[in-house]
Parts: sequence; structure tokens; C-alpha cells
Amino acid sequence: MSEILLKIDGKEVKAGEGMTVYEAAKSAGILIPTLCHHEKLTPYGACRICTVEVETAGRKRLVAACVYPVEPGMVVSTRSEKVDRTRKVILEELLAHAPDSEDLRRLAQEYGADADRFEKEPVFCILCGLCVRYCSEIKRKYAVGFSDRGPKREIIFIPEVASRECWDCKECFELCPTSYVQAAYVLAEALAFPGRTGVSPPEE
Amino acid sequence: MPRIQSPAELEKFREDILAGRDPQKPCIAVCTGTGCIALGATEVVAALKREIKKQGLETAVDVKVDIRETGCPGFCERGPVVVIYPEEICYLQVKPEDAGEILAETILAGKVIDRLLYADPVSGDKSVRESDVPFYRNQTRLLIGNNIKLNPKSIEDYLALGGYTALVKVLTGMEPEQVVGLVKDSNLRGRGGAGFPAGKKWEFARKSPGDTKYVVVNADEGDPGAFMDRALLEGNPHAVLEGLLIGAYAIGAHEGFLYVRQEYPLAVENVTLAILAAGELGLLGKDILGSGFDFSVKVHRGAGAFVCGEETALLRSLEGKPGEPSARPPYPAVKGLWGRPTNINNVETWANVPLIINRGSDFFTKIGTEKSKGTKIFSLVGKVKNTGLVEVPMGITLRDIIYKIGGGIPGDKKFKAVQTGGPSGGCIPAEYLDMGVDFDELAKVGAIMGSGGMIVMDEDTCMVDVARYFLNFLSDESCGKCTPCREGIRQMLKILTDISRGKGREGDIELLEALAETTRDASLCALGGSAPNPVLSTIRYFKEEYEAHIKEKRCPAFVCKDLISYYIDPDKCSACMICLRKCPVDAILGGKKRIHVIDQEKCTSCGTCFEVCPPRFGAVRRLSGEPVPPPIPEEARTLAGESKRQ
Repeated sequence: MSEILLKIDGKEVKAGEGMTVYEAAKSAGILIPTLCHHEKLTPYGACRICTVEVETAGRKRLVAACVYPVEPGMVVSTRSEKVDRTRKVILEELLAHAPDSEDLRRLAQEYGADADRFEKEPVFCILCGLCVRYCSEIKRKYAVGFSDRGPKREIIFIPEVASRECWDCKECFELCPTSYVQAAYVLAEALAFPGRTGVSPPEE
Repeated sequence: MPRIQSPAELEKFREDILAGRDPQKPCIAVCTGTGCIALGATEVVAALKREIKKQGLETAVDVKVDIRETGCPGFCERGPVVVIYPEEICYLQVKPEDAGEILAETILAGKVIDRLLYADPVSGDKSVRESDVPFYRNQTRLLIGNNIKLNPKSIEDYLALGGYTALVKVLTGMEPEQVVGLVKDSNLRGRGGAGFPAGKKWEFARKSPGDTKYVVVNADEGDPGAFMDRALLEGNPHAVLEGLLIGAYAIGAHEGFLYVRQEYPLAVENVTLAILAAGELGLLGKDILGSGFDFSVKVHRGAGAFVCGEETALLRSLEGKPGEPSARPPYPAVKGLWGRPTNINNVETWANVPLIINRGSDFFTKIGTEKSKGTKIFSLVGKVKNTGLVEVPMGITLRDIIYKIGGGIPGDKKFKAVQTGGPSGGCIPAEYLDMGVDFDELAKVGAIMGSGGMIVMDEDTCMVDVARYFLNFLSDESCGKCTPCREGIRQMLKILTDISRGKGREGDIELLEALAETTRDASLCALGGSAPNPVLSTIRYFKEEYEAHIKEKRCPAFVCKDLISYYIDPDKCSACMICLRKCPVDAILGGKKRIHVIDQEKCTSCGTCFEVCPPRFGAVRRLSGEPVPPPIPEEARTLAGESKRQ
């Protein structure tokens, strides 16, 4: 694998071809914040909190570090004024939905995000998709998925699958940055297969 | 018909078609595109066929006049459109009742029916030939001009016009690299939105390692009011197929897909028939024209998501997955459909390819501006007299499009702005009417070419409401995957809605700008990247309208219902009862000889009273940003009979 030289926050970094900016930065000890990223899952590029500023061929732009591949001679800045401003707005947008998420509050402090900038619409889910992707990519159960689109997008447990598969797994609960997936599961259970938590499903 | 095995056989077939056709034989071409069908073209065709029999023009062996059902020539405002060959007499707004006269007068007696011709609204001058109609005269119709000349369901018609000669030229005399080179030399830029050079895209896909490659036609035209791709697919599907075949040969693909939106049933029908016909003749399938090149194509119907016009979302949808964009790089040219190198271009881009191959890159680069070559089809809609599809050379001014071709604004109202590029385009004000329209100039003023939507707005348009309207559309259509797009649009729409309802606050403009910046710069795909355009461009050019809404709670264009009131001037009201009867919510008090008064509690600001009050009274007033005067006292409302104003 050929080596790629780039600069991250002024530091010369050697990275392997095909590595993402996030991975290259991590290898150099520079940590870029993430919400939807997980080592075991395919990079998704949805939360955009890992947004960094890159300069290639004299052109500066924002990219998501978790999905953007390194390029030779690339100049990356993980904390420019523009990056911080962008992360601040993204955090403020997410805090309107999950004001008590610890991950969000910690980041909000770092970036000076105002949790009250936007009117609260506490749906608690920030749609990072960790549960959905973990369930499909690692567990291959497809018990939880996205429904609808745009601002109406939400995660839902598919009762037919969840009633069979989730009772002894629930590994997605640990991954959720807001604990909403637990609530969504309990809701699905209460509506569609009450009383079966922690109990193996009846034989059919 | 057996498969055609060689270019020579194809030429023979073409000669046979032409030999069987007499160019002097009268032919009535009727547009049966979606627009004209809605205006009654199907009935016009049926009436013409009936009249042919009735007037004895049909014998057992021959018909003295042909009827050709064609695709859309563009002048939708005046449909159903009829063009009579060989003279090219153009009749507009033809009704089934006109059929008998057209046959008796024009076909048999050779006379032009004055009443059906285009008349200049100012001078009254009539245009006989299609090419004399100002709407057409000021266009350069290299692509859409063919629509009226052929029946899209007939491959013979396409061949008679020289169809598939570009394919023959490529298969018999050009290496794939030469084809890519020619398209690169032509500087053809993608017509779907971003304007990326097509030749470069082809080169990437060609050079990408891999044995299996794909080509895709993006016909998921989703911009509200835009229908150029529909017109091309409905009206000349073989041109798109021929372009796709040439691209496939150049790139090294043997399979192609046409992603058409389900909402275009006629386009789906015509292109499906075209694929069948081309397959039967051997222009698709194995060993095309004996060249050894294999290619097949399938039609895939989109399920109705705007975001699937974005190429990565389209490819996911084609794979059967949710239509959500994915990060680029990797670009589809490297990792596209099912992970294979894929070249995806828009309908209009593909339709330009046979033209470039046939007439050369020099011909193409002579049209347009330095960096945007060729023509562009725009869907000219909104507050303009001649709505329809217009094909113009890149670089033409907005003024020429709107006034020379579009005929100006109805009611001779004042032009306010033109919105280009679909819902995520920008609004361009009057001061830029003389700018040349190309990819780069539009970007400079904060708009985009997009796929060619052009919505004209007059003085009665509220720019805050326009921004709100488009953001509402985008909010429905964002896939919701990434935060800046999903949440940014949500918050911007909330603020715009508040402003239009009189709940705007100091600082809203700055907040909109901050949200717009994040949405534009940090979103995953171009939908989010361009979504703030309507907001930013209206703030840039019409900031005073935002301020009027926020500070004075006033809508200067009298559009935002929550900010306007209606008031009947007691000095002018003649108690005629018209508004009182028409008010849909019974909010008008009064009676015969009793001055009318609007109950402001009940009034929904629909504006009916304002519209129906006879101009000679002009008693209803629109108010915005000012208090409604108190109603006159009950006892002062009686009008004396003899003093009734006239």
C-alpha cells in the first residue's frame, strides 16, 4: 500500500492509501469528534460533526472526515474558525431534539453551542443510525430501520423481526448517544409484542 | 423485420423508408405530448381522422393526407399545436371543431386559416410558418426542434430524419478513445445541474479498472414546473438511446439503465417502445450492426423521490436500496452501480451526443459562451405570456428569453425576479436581466443552471413567501440522512414561516444566514448544498422585503395572508352586495342600501372581495402593516336610495 503524505493541523502525517481523513488524524493523535461513526461499521457520513476544512489544489472546502479519503498533499484543518462555527450550528440543531444527551452536552461546551438557540422539539433521536447500521451490518437482523424522510425521518423497530430477535440482543442500546433506541424498542414492544422483554419468543 | 446486420443494411433500410415517402404529401403533425393531451390534442387527432373519412380523403389503397402524432415542440401555452407539412403552416390552440375546416381549406384548397395562426399581441401581425412565430424564431432548436417532425413511436420516422447515423459513424470508424476525445473537445457540460464536463466524466469511467461497466440515463426530473427531459424522452426517445449507445461504446459498457420517474407515464411508454423497436432492428442487443459491440438497456421507474435525481441516490435506488445519497468520492465513475464503474448523465446531455458526433465538436463549440457550449432547454413558466419549453444558445440574455421568446409579463405587470435552477435555485432580480445565461454567470449571481427550470415572477410575488415555498418543498424532499440538510432546512423553514406570519424577530435574517452557511457547506449531497439558495438569494436582493415583514409586519406584495387585511371604504361602498354574496366565510355585514363592513374576526384574507368589487367603485382596500380603521357606526351605514353612487 503506497504511503500518502498530508498535513493535518500543521503536522506532517503519513497515511495509507484508502484511509479516511479521520483515520489519518487519529493515527497522528489528533481526535476529530464523531457521533455517527463506529469502528466496526461502514463510514456513514451523516451527522457531519466530524466536518473538517481541507485544501487541495488551492481550493478550500468542508468535508466529512469520517468518509473523505486522504489525498497526497492535502492540507487539513480540524479546528478552523469555519469548522468550529459549523460544528456549533450542527450541535445546536441536534440539541433541539436531544437536549440532555451527554455526548451532545460535552461537545456543546467545547464549541460554545447554545442549547436554546432553536426551539425544543424533543424527539430524542439524532438519527445517527448507529442502531440501524449495527443491527444490519454486524448482527444482520434488520430489526430496526429508518422510516420516512427529511424532518419526518425516524427509527422504528419492525415488530415482526424485533419480537423474534431483540429479546436477547439489545446490543444497540449501548451504542445510542441519547438512549432513545431503548425507548423506541420499549414502545414497539408495548404496542406489538407486550410482555416479551427478556423472554425467548414462543416456538411457532 | 429481421435484424439488421451491417451499416450498409441499415442505409438500405433507411433508403427504402425514404423512397416510400413523398415529401410533398400533406402531413398534419399534431403535438400529442403530455401538455397538449391535457389541452385536448387526442380529441383533435380523432376529429381529424373522422374528417379524413368524411371528406373522402381515404380510399381503399391510399390516404391523401398523413396524420403524425408527435412529441412536444415547446409552445405549451398555445396548445394543442398543429403543424402542416410541407408548408410548415403552424396552427395554435386547435380544437376538434377546426378539423373539418383544416382539411377542407388548408389541405384540399391550399388556403391558410387566419384565425388559427399566431397573432402578435401588439401589432396583430400573423405568422404562417412555424419558424416565423416569434416564440420559435428567437430560439435555436437543435434538440427539441425535431419533436414535431417525428412520431416518437416510430423508429422509421427517426431513421428518416437521419437517426442512428452517429451510431454508425462511431461503430464503423471511431475508436472508443476518439469518441471520448470528441465529446471532450465539444466541451459538453452535464445538463442535469452541476455542469460537469461530460467528456471528462466519460474518460474517468473509461479509465476506471473493471470489466463490467454501466451507463445510466438520469430521467428523474423532479424540479417543480420543469419538463424538458420529459419532452425529450416523450418526443424523441431514440435520440436519447442513440446517445446512450454511443456513450456505452466509448466507455466500454454493455448494459444501461434508464431511470425515469413513474410520474411520466408517456415518457416511460415511448422510451420502452423505442427500446423494443431498436432491439428488433438490431440496434440494441448482441453484435450491433455486425460491429461486435453488445449493448442492452432497461427502463427503471423511480418511485417519486426528488433526491433520486442526485446521482448516488439514484444508483442506490436502482440497486433496490433506499434512495439516499452517499459520500463522493468514490465517484460513480469509479464505484457506481453495484460497485462497478458507472457513467450517469442527464437526458438532455445524452440527447446532445448524436448531434456532436454527426456535426463535429467545432459545430458545437461555435454555439454558446466560452465555458458553456451548445444550447440549453429551459422550462419557461410562471408569470410570463408564452409558457413552454425554449431551447436557446448558452449566453442568451434573460431579457431575450423572458421578453423576446416569452412575450413578457401578463397584464404588463412589472418584472420582479426570475428563479432559475429549480427549487434550490436562486432568484435573480431585474438588474441582471441583461446578463448572459450560462453555468458560470448564473452561479455568480447566486443562482444555478440546475436542469433548466425558469420561473418568472411579477410584482405581485412576495419573495419571503417564495423562499418559504421552496424550502417547504425541499423539506419534504430531503432524505433526512445528514444533519445540516435535514435540520438546517427544518429550522430555516420554521423561521421563514414565522416571518410570513408576522412572528419574525430581530436577528432572524442573521440566523437564516448562519443556518444557510452550514447547510450549504456541510451537507452530504447537492440537495443540501444548494437548498439555501432560495433563502440566500432573496435575502441578497430583497432584504427590504424581509425587513418589512419582520419590523413592520408588512407584506409589500400583499401575499402573506396573516399580514394583510381587507377594508371596505365606507365613502366608496355602494352597497351593491357583490362582495357580500361572494365572501366564502360570510364575513361581510350589510345589505341592500346598507354600507358593507368586513367582520375582521371572521375574515380569512382570501381577497375575494378585493377581486370582485367593481372597478367603478374600487371600495375594497388591501392593508398591510397598518391598523384597520374602525367600522363606521351601525346608524351611519344606511345609504339613501336616491343618493346611490354610480
